[in-house]
This record gives sequence, structure tokens and C-alpha cells, in this order.
Amino acid sequence: MTATTTAPLATPSVRTPRQPSARLRAWATRAPLLPALLFMIAVTQLPFVATLVISFFDWNALYPKARHFTGLDNYHQVLTDADLRHSVWTTVLLTVAVVLVSLVLGLALALLLDRRFRGRGVVRTLLIAPFLVVPVAAALLWKHVLYNPEYGLLNGLLHYVGGPQPDWISRTPLLAVEASLVWQWTPFMMLILLSGLQSRDQQQIEAARVDGANDWQVFRHLTLPHLRRYLELGALLGSIYIVQNFDAVFTITSGGLGTANLPYIVYQSFYQAHENGLASAAGVLVVIGSIIIATFALRVVSSLFREEVSRA
Amino acid sequence: MSAMAVPVRRRKGAGLGLVAWLAGILFFLPIAWMALTSFHSESDAATNPPSFTASLTLDGYREFFGTGGGASPWPALINSTVASLASTLFVLLLALPAAYALSIRPVRKWTDVLFFFLSTKMLPAVAGLLPIYLFAKNAGMLDNIWLLVILYTSMNLPIAVWMMQSFLAEVPVAVIEAARVDGARLPTILARVVAPIALPGIAATALICFIFSWNELLFARVLTGVVAETAPVFLTGFITSQGLFLAKVCAASLVISLPVLAAGFAAQDKLVQGLSLGAVK
Repeated sequence: MTATTTAPLATPSVRTPRQPSARLRAWATRAPLLPALLFMIAVTQLPFVATLVISFFDWNALYPKARHFTGLDNYHQVLTDADLRHSVWTTVLLTVAVVLVSLVLGLALALLLDRRFRGRGVVRTLLIAPFLVVPVAAALLWKHVLYNPEYGLLNGLLHYVGGPQPDWISRTPLLAVEASLVWQWTPFMMLILLSGLQSRDQQQIEAARVDGANDWQVFRHLTLPHLRRYLELGALLGSIYIVQNFDAVFTITSGGLGTANLPYIVYQSFYQAHENGLASAAGVLVVIGSIIIATFALRVVSSLFREEVSRA
Repeated sequence: MSAMAVPVRRRKGAGLGLVAWLAGILFFLPIAWMALTSFHSESDAATNPPSFTASLTLDGYREFFGTGGGASPWPALINSTVASLASTLFVLLLALPAAYALSIRPVRKWTDVLFFFLSTKMLPAVAGLLPIYLFAKNAGMLDNIWLLVILYTSMNLPIAVWMMQSFLAEVPVAVIEAARVDGARLPTILARVVAPIALPGIAATALICFIFSWNELLFARVLTGVVAETAPVFLTGFITSQGLFLAKVCAASLVISLPVLAAGFAAQDKLVQGLSLGAVK
């Protein structure tokens, strides 16, 4: 953490009477910050340190007396266990697919909404709505109301055109989870990209048009470069949220049919198998993955942030 | 824009407007269908092909609210309300002074502090779950709504600090200085100068924190039982099919999503800013 050691150093003999009050004032400036800071450290940093420690122990909650230090054994087991390795792969696949598809759809929708047309506000509201359904409710909606092979809406609509009546979830389980997440996350991407589009330099675009640039050229050479960082931001924030996704996997497939991602495995190994050490090691791996994404995310956020600050 | 180009572009614009409408309707269709199904009887809800014009009834809602004999959702709804409102209140109490110390009278290295808050948001919740569970078990706080209040406060605090920092930074320093020179004291400055400018942003922050708390499942699922169960945990009771229950599921999903839909539409303009942790305005 940032310490406060760079305050001007003065030897005690030449200390002016103002100095204690300056220090006091520095603390008065800092005081409003401290409750929030201490609270965050206590509630988010300490548990993680504990997770790290537990991950080095062989510890099944049902046999607490047998708890002992095992070094990196849990990590070895997580990385060699076929189910767990599969869950790493599932997490990557789920995250990448959902982020990419919702980013592309979000971009298309943002471009559509960036134009003036009758009822734009209404369409925007309709598009945001999926993001504002409680995630468990959204997952239930897809599982029972849309996917159900006997009376779901998808097969109901297929019935009209004489199409097949597939059992969506057991046939393509991961795709079923992904589709429901894309439905919820496309509005998020759209909102970020729309605000990117609306912060474009309109004069520059008009100037390009006057110079004879067509729609595609404006998009390719002006809009897309401007949107680059908004696309990055959407991708990274989306990844951070979707890597951690638990609700959809838990609700739609209950982690079955090869859809268990890492958060679900962590949940399962301690909630159902009571393997505290293993769960912690898997948790630490999720964190390492998140830190890799987060490092990039922080860089993007900080570059956008610096731009805002310098503009202000 | 030349005079010739206008009609061509307008025609194309109308065509694309239609595409936008179709996309909007397509995305909204599952929700509309959920709403319609919630007003159908169970036998009409489970037909193939779907019964679009079946008669409407409130049976699904009656079933959901437990008058049909099932478990009442009221304790879960009340728990969710308490957890969301109380944690949002705590977030505001902690985040407002912090944001003040990061914008209006910034501490040194305030950007570092801001990024520390952000980095905690990137730590997956699942990583701290086990120690929190063990702590709660030893402290006798399992199945206690106030444990969720503490956790939801920590979950939303970074977002709130970032959002409010950006809202408070919009208050011009010159105005505050002028008020100070005129002899106004801090409470007066906060009430008369800062509040009017920052209040809409603070309201939006509160709505977004409310949404995240209301939606949360993982912590609630692991740390609560029969007493402190929240609305999303109540919904997980519908994961396995129970015969004909579509109308009931739809009614439950809709009722439990209503507060989020309302809060989300109320905060619509600031939604992006909150979700992107203040990075996008």
C-alpha cells in the first residue's frame, strides 16, 4: 500500500511550530478514507490470505483431525484431476465464447442505436431489459420456458415450421448455458460501446464525409480506432464477470453434462465434498486467472481514466 | 451534408431503424413470453405448440405467493429487501467520505488508492468463500442476514467509491473555494454546494448497489439456510421440474426481477458508468 513516508523530513532541532499541525491536517484529510479502506482490507484481503494458507493443507471438513500440511499436493491434484482440468477448459470456453459473441452483437446493436429513428428510446429500453432480469430468474426462464423439449417456446416455434424437437440442454449443454449468458450480457456490451460511439468527435466525422469518405471508410478508419479501447474495456469487464459466473451453470445444468466451470467446482468441492484444501487450491487458481485478466483491465481503465482527468 | 444525399440516407436510416426495432423485440421476446405465461393456467402454459391466446388467470401468482399451499416467498423477499437496503446504506456511509477524500480534498497518491479499491473487485468472490464460511460457522453467524449485509457492502463498495469519486470530481473546486472564502463551513458547503451537483449521481450509485445485492446468489446460497434465505435462493427451488409449474416459475421470476427492472430503468443513464466502474461516462 502507499505509505506516507515522503512527507518533508525535518530534524527535530529545526522543527517549526507549524509542523505538527501540518501532520494533523494530513491525517484529517486522510480520515474520511480510512473506514472504507480498512473495511475493504478486512473483508476482501484477509479471507484470500486464509484461502492461500488453507490451499496448502489436506483438509476434509468431515475429518477435521486428519488435517495436515501437504505443500503443493492440492495444486498437483487440481491440475492432474481430469474433471478439474476439464473445468478449467470449460471456464475458458464459456468466457471466451460469451464475451466474443456478446461483444459482436453489442457492437451491431450499438451502431443501430447510434442512428436517429422513431422510437429509439423504446428500443433501447427493450434491449436493456434482459440485463435487468435477476440472473437466476433468467437462467430459469431459459431452462424451463425456452429450452424445455416438450413445452418450451423454442420447440413450440419450431413446431410451426415442422422443424425437429431437440432436447436443447442435454444435446448442447454448454451452448445452452452460453446462449442464455449472451442474451444477458449483450446489453452490457451495447451500453459501453454506445457511450463510446457517442463520445466520437462529430466534427472530424463530418470533415471526413465532406472529403468524400463513405460509411464503411468512416467506420473503418475513424469509428473503429476510437472504439478500440471501449471494445477492450467491454471484453475485459465482461471476462471478469463471466469467469466468475456461477448462477447460470448452477441453474441450467447444475454443473452436469460437462458444464462445470471453476467457480462451480470450488463450490461443489467444499459444499458437497467438504474438501477444504482442494477447494482453496481451485480458488487460488481462479484468482491467478483473474489477476492475469485484471492486469490488462486495470491498464485499460487507467488509460481511459487518465484521459478523463486530463480532459477535466 | 449535400442536398442530394439527404433522401438516400434517410431511407436507409428508416430501414436500419426497422432492423433495430426487430432486434429490440427479439431480445425482449423471452421476457414478454415469460410475462404472458405467468398469467396462463398451468395446463395452458405447458402446450406445444404454445397457446398464445389462452385465457388469463392469476393462478400462477397465487401459487407463487403460497396461497396454493407451497412455501411462502415472503420471508425470502423480506430478507432480500433487508440485505439490499442495509448494505446499500452502509456502502453510501463508507463511500461518500472516501470519495470526498479522493476528489474534493484529495489525499496524496489518491489514484493509487482508487485503483486499490478497483483491484479488490477483480478478486473473484469464490476465492474468499471458504474462509468466510469457516469464520461465520465459528462466530455463529451462518444463516444470518447481517453476514450477507457485510459481504454485500464489501462487494459494492469499490463500485460506489469509483462512481462517487467521478461524480464529486464534477463539482468545480473554484465554487467550493469561493464558498470557503465567504466564510461557509464544511457542513454548509456540503449541503449547499456539493449535494445539489452530486445528488443524481449518488442516487444512481445507490440503485446500482441495490441491484447487485438483490441479484447475488453464491454467498447467499452457501451462507444462508431456512432463516436468512434470499429471493435468488428461493428461486433455486425451481431448478428441478415439479410437474406442471411453468406459470408459477414465470410469476416467481417476474416478481423477483421487478425491483431490479425498476431500479435499472431508474438508473438507466448512469448504468454504464456504474457497470464500467466509472471508466465510461
